[in-house]
Amino acid sequence: MKSLTKFMDSFGAILLAIIWIAPLLFAFWAATHSTSDAVNLNLFSPWTLENFRVAWSGAPWLKYFINTFLLVTVILIGQFFLTTLAGFAFAQLQFPGKDFVFILVLMQLFILPEVLIVENYAMISRLGLFDTILGVGMPYMASAFGIFLMRQAFKGVPIELHEAARIEGCGLLGILWRVYVPLAKPTYLAYALVSVSTHWNNFLWPLIVTNSPETRPLTVGLSIFGAPENGVDISIISAATLMSVAPLLIAFLIFQRQFVQAFLRAGIK
Amino acid sequence: MSAHANLERRRQAIYGWLLLSPAAVLLTLFAFYPSIATLWSSMFSRGTRRKPTEFVGTENYAELFADPTFWLVVKNNLLYAGVTIPVSIFIALSMALWANGKIRARGFVRTAYFTPTVLPMIAAANLWLFFYTPGLGVLDQIGSLFGLPSVNWLGQPETALWAIIIVTIWKEAGFFMIFYLAALQTIPEDLKEAADIEGASRWTYTRRIVLPLLMPTTLFIAVNAMINSVKLIDHLFILTKGGPSDASKLILYYIWEMAFAFFDAPSAAAMTIMVIAVLGIVAAVQFFYLDKRTHYQ
Repeated sequence: MKSLTKFMDSFGAILLAIIWIAPLLFAFWAATHSTSDAVNLNLFSPWTLENFRVAWSGAPWLKYFINTFLLVTVILIGQFFLTTLAGFAFAQLQFPGKDFVFILVLMQLFILPEVLIVENYAMISRLGLFDTILGVGMPYMASAFGIFLMRQAFKGVPIELHEAARIEGCGLLGILWRVYVPLAKPTYLAYALVSVSTHWNNFLWPLIVTNSPETRPLTVGLSIFGAPENGVDISIISAATLMSVAPLLIAFLIFQRQFVQAFLRAGIK
Repeated sequence: MSAHANLERRRQAIYGWLLLSPAAVLLTLFAFYPSIATLWSSMFSRGTRRKPTEFVGTENYAELFADPTFWLVVKNNLLYAGVTIPVSIFIALSMALWANGKIRARGFVRTAYFTPTVLPMIAAANLWLFFYTPGLGVLDQIGSLFGLPSVNWLGQPETALWAIIIVTIWKEAGFFMIFYLAALQTIPEDLKEAADIEGASRWTYTRRIVLPLLMPTTLFIAVNAMINSVKLIDHLFILTKGGPSDASKLILYYIWEMAFAFFDAPSAAAMTIMVIAVLGIVAAVQFFYLDKRTHYQ
């Protein structure tokens, strides 16, 4: 009886797992076969990389990759800089108005940047940042979530270390840089993984703010490439899709544990 | 001595504001000012070349309330939330219970569940396109094995929104699973042993012990799922574009369309304000719950 339930558990779990990755497997199948073999699920048909070749030459993918890479880097640097300073101020300094400002910051957690697309677009245009990578990244840099995360991390640093550094003659910024930042490394890593995978995948805002292949990130490029007007077939779309998710997917498969830990840490705190 | 303390206090205040200022500037530019500007512009008419914008009070809101498309979109979004939230929570919980148990191929199972989380929604939509395409798609191929007719899942009003809902559930369930998984691992083993000694069935143990202990996690996930039901609309751009005849249009997509396809910024602003109001209520619930949870510990 017991072994039967155990078997049923494994069976159910594995069945669901197969259903869950089926879309990815089918895309892989479609991308590596000719279109007619792919749609007929012809199991003994020959494998081919032709679809990848066609997809690659159909759009400036290299440029899109570079844009996405620059975008996530710019956002991450901005976020690290801003959230470190603000998180430290909230965690370790006493000043009038702190609590009020902190509540304002927390409010931003619920006013999603996605919702304010219209006014943010107007703001980006006013700043002359329309169709620039900086313009895509800027609204996300002062992340309330990141400030909150850093504040929590810095609060956990023992005050004795702070005092010791001060007695050694370290200034406030020196203490932040030499004591707090190194101790918060796990939080930085978690935040980096969450931030990079969020912005690698972001679509709506980049769609609005970019207008040329020079700035377009992968997600926007992929949506344009796959648009029905372009008449590309399912095998080639699958190849393009796999190409654009490959770097993040491979990184995830290698550093799976770190990814899951990062999402957990970022979510629960 | 007091002069020294005073100096120190002033120094902290100056440093505090200096350190905050870069974040404060950006938050003002991209969160606070836009929120107020949205509220402001939702109360002005749409300007044309002949007629400049003028103050119209709540007229934009009244116009929206009189617009049947708006109500259809609201209804769609309520259905979208009403299905995706409970179903993805249920699936996430089942996944976590399985992935936490002693099953075969556990590593593979966990990876498979979590993988959709790291894919862009646009890519997910492309993958699912291969399932939904009439005639060629995998669903139709499976259906034809059983002699079922070809169905245009994305092309008919009755099924389009459901096709969207399934993609969303697929995308978020694995993400929610990890929170349950973490929570399950904090449940002490002896509770299970005690339940076994008492002769409690597995179902009783799950229902009376595990589920109550997971309640804070469930609330946390529910809030996240609610936010996602506003935010996750990228796949609409690939799969249906809100069609056919608005049957799968969701609020954020409608806002985007209003502002960037119909150039009707005031209506978009009025809708944005309503979404912010709803999110505010969610935030209030969240704060209430956070209070409770800290009380718990």
